[in-house]
Amino acid sequence: MNQEKNMDYQNIPRELFTKVQVDQGERERIGRPSLTAWQDGWIRLKQNKAAVVSLFVIIAIVALAILGPVFSPYNFAQTDYSATYQGPSLAHLFGTDMYGRDQFTRIWYGTRISLLIGFVAACLDLFVGVTYGAVSALLGGKVDAIMQRIIEILVGIPHLIIVILLMMVLPAGVGTIIVALAITGWVNMARLVRARILQLKNQEFVMAAEVLGTSQKNIILRHLIPNTVGIIVINAMFTIPSAIFTEAFLSFIGIGLSEPQASLGVLINNGYSVLQSYPYLLICPAIVIILIMVCFSILGDGLRDALDPRMSK
Amino acid sequence: MNDKNVLVSVQHLKKYFPVGKKQTLKAVDDVTFDIYKGETLGLVGESGCGKSTLGRTVIQLYKPTDGKVIFDGKEVVGKQSAAEHKEFTRRVQMVFQDPYASLNQRMKVMDIVAEGIDNHGLAKDRKEREEMVIRLLETVGLQREHANRFPHEFSGGQRQRVGIARALAVNPDFIIADEPISALDVSIQAQVINLFQDLQKERGLTYLFIAHDLSMIKHISDRVGVMYLGSMVELTTSDEIFEHPLHPYTQAMFSAIPLADPKLETSRKRIMLHGSIPSPVNLGPGCRFAGRCPYATDRCRQESPAFQEVAPGHFVACHEVQK
Amino acid sequence: MDDILRVEDLHVEIKTHHGLVKAVRGVDFYLKKGETLAIVGESGCGKSISVKATMRLLPSNGRISGGSVKLEGRELTQLTEREMLKIRGSDIAMIFQDPMTSLNPTMTVGKQIVEMLKAHRKDMSKEQMKARALELIELVGISNPEMRYKQYPHELSGGMRQRIVIAIALACDPKVLIADEPTTALDVTIQAQILDLMKELQSKIDTSIIIITHNLGVVANIAQRVCVMYGGTVVETGSVEDIFYRPQHPYTKGLLAAVPKLHEKTDKLHTILGTPPDLMNPPKGCPFAARCAHTMKVCQEYRPVFTEFEAGHTSACWLHDARCQPEGENQ
Repeated sequence: MNQEKNMDYQNIPRELFTKVQVDQGERERIGRPSLTAWQDGWIRLKQNKAAVVSLFVIIAIVALAILGPVFSPYNFAQTDYSATYQGPSLAHLFGTDMYGRDQFTRIWYGTRISLLIGFVAACLDLFVGVTYGAVSALLGGKVDAIMQRIIEILVGIPHLIIVILLMMVLPAGVGTIIVALAITGWVNMARLVRARILQLKNQEFVMAAEVLGTSQKNIILRHLIPNTVGIIVINAMFTIPSAIFTEAFLSFIGIGLSEPQASLGVLINNGYSVLQSYPYLLICPAIVIILIMVCFSILGDGLRDALDPRMSK
Repeated sequence: MNDKNVLVSVQHLKKYFPVGKKQTLKAVDDVTFDIYKGETLGLVGESGCGKSTLGRTVIQLYKPTDGKVIFDGKEVVGKQSAAEHKEFTRRVQMVFQDPYASLNQRMKVMDIVAEGIDNHGLAKDRKEREEMVIRLLETVGLQREHANRFPHEFSGGQRQRVGIARALAVNPDFIIADEPISALDVSIQAQVINLFQDLQKERGLTYLFIAHDLSMIKHISDRVGVMYLGSMVELTTSDEIFEHPLHPYTQAMFSAIPLADPKLETSRKRIMLHGSIPSPVNLGPGCRFAGRCPYATDRCRQESPAFQEVAPGHFVACHEVQK
Repeated sequence: MDDILRVEDLHVEIKTHHGLVKAVRGVDFYLKKGETLAIVGESGCGKSISVKATMRLLPSNGRISGGSVKLEGRELTQLTEREMLKIRGSDIAMIFQDPMTSLNPTMTVGKQIVEMLKAHRKDMSKEQMKARALELIELVGISNPEMRYKQYPHELSGGMRQRIVIAIALACDPKVLIADEPTTALDVTIQAQILDLMKELQSKIDTSIIIITHNLGVVANIAQRVCVMYGGTVVETGSVEDIFYRPQHPYTKGLLAAVPKLHEKTDKLHTILGTPPDLMNPPKGCPFAARCAHTMKVCQEYRPVFTEFEAGHTSACWLHDARCQPEGENQ
């Protein structure tokens, strides 16, 4: 084969051995297409099949949670004692419970509540956690030290004790669960954002901005925040499933939401008590909550791989 | 240098960092030197000798512990009004070491280069701003199309040139280049060095050029200062320092540079230094180099030598040389 | 058989999310017994990937897509991972750039040397291993080995750590020592010490060394033969004298001219314009064509073949071809 190659070389016409002018622009040309950091992240995310599937599953679940109860002919609290404990059928896709309530409607209604709680927790993260972390990092010095001690105290108190105490004071319901999450839920985000900003403050591009006389406000808006968005998004993705799980756990042990309100935790609790005779009452809501948790975690992982600047070169 | 106008004067500059509760790291300890208008002062030293800290203190990224920095006749440290500081940020610029960390990944090259233009209101409108950026990019050998790209799409050398364009945007008089070539490949280093020299000729810039590559320092500098553990040990013209180095550390360092010439490299004599650089935390009295110096005496270990002029324009801090 | 290591037509591909990077595209080199070969080139030219491929230490997204690597006639590319484990460390050892990250911070340096012996020298007793470790620490020029044996990496200076890394690499008397930028992270005065140490050790224990570097001064100091790489290919190979005093390839010439000489006054440095090729879409012809001052049409179309100038000195450039017009004389 090598012989053949050499033969080829012998046959190169003489005319090709003339000098050509390489234009300077060609030498500095960048071959790859222009991509923003977000587009680049999206390309990576698309290559992660598990993350893409998770994204679609989440979209489907959100759509069902919003539309399911609307299109269902039943109301989530509407009882029908003539049709209790019915197995899955065309009339009741996921069957009915002990009061004859349509399980399909209740599951999607419950998912809606669970997602709402997850969403609110993420928003808390975004507003309280990000602000707290950013202020702490930017002011620095004594303020930073005091703010960090406050966080340590909050982390030190067991979460469950706070929640149980709260439940004794406040009525059970979505509001109370949100208050319970609000007390400590944002701590993680605040710590991450603070660490990231402290790290960025020592980066040369921030120094370059200082040297150019950029105002403190513009350094924050143009340099620090855009470079923090990635970890904020990723962390919010992990907050959602953990908040949903906390709600489900509280409802399951009986100090969360209660009848006739429905959340995935309440449904699982109800289904658990009749597991032996009517397993579908447990299995359906369990599958939904597992899907939500797993998909958000995989998507969060995928986003971390896609957006983490240390990976991009 | 024909006109010996002092542009920057650094006097007894000190920068200490607290380490833990009681210790201090003397990153820059009592450094004095002048930089003349239009010259390039090279600053060499091994890692951790405080050369980058010195540069950052001069440009006021760090607040000095003590000492003065006088720029164009005016003292800058702690004596500037907001307006004066703004003018200082226009006249004094910096080029950084790491071509990856020194550009904001989320900004387009257009906005990166225009940052100084925006801060100082140097462009009347969007169109003028755009034209200025494109002219700057062309000055550093990049093109119009590059303005709309993001830094991660560029190679190291191209990024470094974007960093230079950013510094040039405010039309400064004095540029501190903090190891601008150490992260680049050999063939790219030469491009960047030539660019620095061309710009100096065209615009009459003054440089403080920090590096650890001695052959590059010799090539670009008019005068060279050598730092060891936070203090300056020798300062003179670049020819003088390479031909007649006086301080034992300078001599050892020059003899250790590997030369790109196998015959010379295998035949020449080396002054081998034993041991490694001690930690700059809590240094005792005496000359900092005494522990590794082949000529050290008891006096060196007890009394730190003054930085004195031993020949016209040749400063050395060493008891043995000064005798 | 004189060649201890022979690499032929090596191809390596690295998969990234943007596409396939053809990092090494047909590389040949050989290492003679007892010599030091330097591989020089810019970052991304494939020098580090080539030697990592010879040791089968490619990152998980990289693979050898062709060619052969023979260690004393034994083909390495076809071996199983288990067989390769035995070879790594005992037959071929490697020193990395950063001494801090290549040592385990939670283990004393003595123990790290013993670990290496445990993996490859099953015949040695515990006492023998410790004695051997102490001997190695002394061999790499560290005084007071008993004390150093019990120290952790963070208690040592950068130069000392690199010495320990070398001691670990030499623990099992490897036939080939691969040093990937061993002095880049060190200061000049320490670099000189380490280079001296490597030369001294080579004459003492007779290993063959491949050193990867971008510093031409280091090459001149330590190597007997040089292999210049560009854009995933070897462009010129020869003895140190050939490369430094009689360079043939325009890239080698450019590289040498781009380094300022300490003993000469140069007004302006020679530069090589442009940037290295993107190996995602490697150029069809000569990889250097886009930056070369003598580019011809043929350079853009065909990969140049090697021309031999004297024994062992070859260069891949179309300027050496007989068909090249006389104008090319000013090459």
